[in-house]
Amino acid sequence: MLDAAFFRHWLTSAAALVDREAERLTQLDSPIGDADHGSNLQRGFAAVATTLEKDAPATPGAVLTLAGRQLISTVGGASGPLYGTLLRRTGKALGDAAEVSEQQFADALRTGVDAVSALGGAAPGDKTMLDALVPAVDALGESFGAARDAANEGALATTPLQARKGRASYLGERSIGHQDPGATSSALLFDALVQTAEAGRE
Amino acid sequence: MKMLINVAETVVADALRGMAAAHPELTIDVENRVIVRRDAPVAGKVALVSGGGSGHEPLHGGFVGPGMLSAACPGEVFTSPVPDQMVRAAAAVDSGAGVLFIVKNYTGDVLNFDMAAELAEDEGIQVAKVLVNDDVAVTDSLYTAGRRGTGATLYVEKIAGAAADEGMPLERVEAIARQVNENARSFGVALSPCSTPAKGGPTFDLPTGELELGVGIHGEPGRERRPMMTSSEIADFAVNAVLEDLDPRNPVLVLVNGMGATPLLELYGFNAEVQRVLAERGVVVAHTLVGNYVTSLDMAGASVTLCQVDEELLRLWNAPVRTAGLRWGV
Repeated sequence: MLDAAFFRHWLTSAAALVDREAERLTQLDSPIGDADHGSNLQRGFAAVATTLEKDAPATPGAVLTLAGRQLISTVGGASGPLYGTLLRRTGKALGDAAEVSEQQFADALRTGVDAVSALGGAAPGDKTMLDALVPAVDALGESFGAARDAANEGALATTPLQARKGRASYLGERSIGHQDPGATSSALLFDALVQTAEAGRE
Repeated sequence: MKMLINVAETVVADALRGMAAAHPELTIDVENRVIVRRDAPVAGKVALVSGGGSGHEPLHGGFVGPGMLSAACPGEVFTSPVPDQMVRAAAAVDSGAGVLFIVKNYTGDVLNFDMAAELAEDEGIQVAKVLVNDDVAVTDSLYTAGRRGTGATLYVEKIAGAAADEGMPLERVEAIARQVNENARSFGVALSPCSTPAKGGPTFDLPTGELELGVGIHGEPGRERRPMMTSSEIADFAVNAVLEDLDPRNPVLVLVNGMGATPLLELYGFNAEVQRVLAERGVVVAHTLVGNYVTSLDMAGASVTLCQVDEELLRLWNAPVRTAGLRWGV
């Protein structure tokens, strides 16, 4: 079972990974965006880590809801509402249980991913974060490792796609050949998930 | 790239502190990033709130004041502000007559303003929204995020601001704002790329001998790149692109807008060519504005916005305005 400490650890690990990869995310955002994805997420996830440490919410649902609200309040751009909605809606779907099963988490995360799709109006294949999130959540019932692999494969597979949503869409065919920064940062969430699960087993 | 800054992380806060020092008629909350006219809320009047990424100054903060915006929310450079800013702004300016959010059509701005509208309504503030999407460079809106909001924002903010100032109710101010947007079209060109403080250098690559036709105000690509053209050729291209999409039966307002790094000398010369093309095409000009109003940091280039006006819109355009970036009649 997964408790609030697990989810706090997950998001703190995600913050550390975003911090480490910020420059690479910004570089990916340079040819097809405006070169700020790394710095925006870095600012947001750092605020999440600080808030979770200060407030230490007691349930998995509360951890994710608070983290989502913090992202919405800190990041701006499209990433803030999209990542914020992902975590907030996942948290709401978990309710106020003190512990949740991996299956319950997988189901809740699917609710969160669906909410991202509805908010942004995007679908897999549009060269967005959904290209990592959707395959990852599909594989999450199997294992965290499978979800991580699916997310990273999904992110890599955005390279040949033409963007249809967000700022990259204005490039049209010129967006082809570049890996999507949003899908790349989404995959980091699943890298962090595996790290957290492995840390728990040690 | 040399920039007149301390560090990239504080450019927006530093600018807000400096703006506050220069404009005592504004209340500027540097920490929460909200710029409010000092006499807000104005009793019985609809309030106008806009905002967007920083880097387009004087838009939007420079348009806060009597006859235009009630408040503006500056985000990070080229990054939409967050809902908390907009809710705070709406609460500060709402007199009870309601608030109109003026939103440029970019994914981030739309999402954040949507969330803010929900939150503000939860607090009992009546909110209406108008989307600005005037950039004709984006032709394929089915497979993109849609037309971008650029120069027409100035017209929407000024004319809707005058409508609010006259005491019109929220639904009427909203309808006028929508009417302005529907009658305005823009087309921009870049001669050199812009550099963001965070990147410390150009955000896109534009070879010395070329220009980008149809560029967006964040350096988004446009329709095509060509070898450098003369002012006269650019005016033909830009005005014709706008007129392909707008067939003005009424007189138009003309905005010849600098992107940030093009001298006024060149902008006035370009305006002469724009006026020549308009005359050739039989378009009647009611008013012309030349200057840097909706900029893109240090990008060189210009945009042309035409806004078709009837008698009411022209009267509202000519009404007094007193802001840092636009003032007349007072």
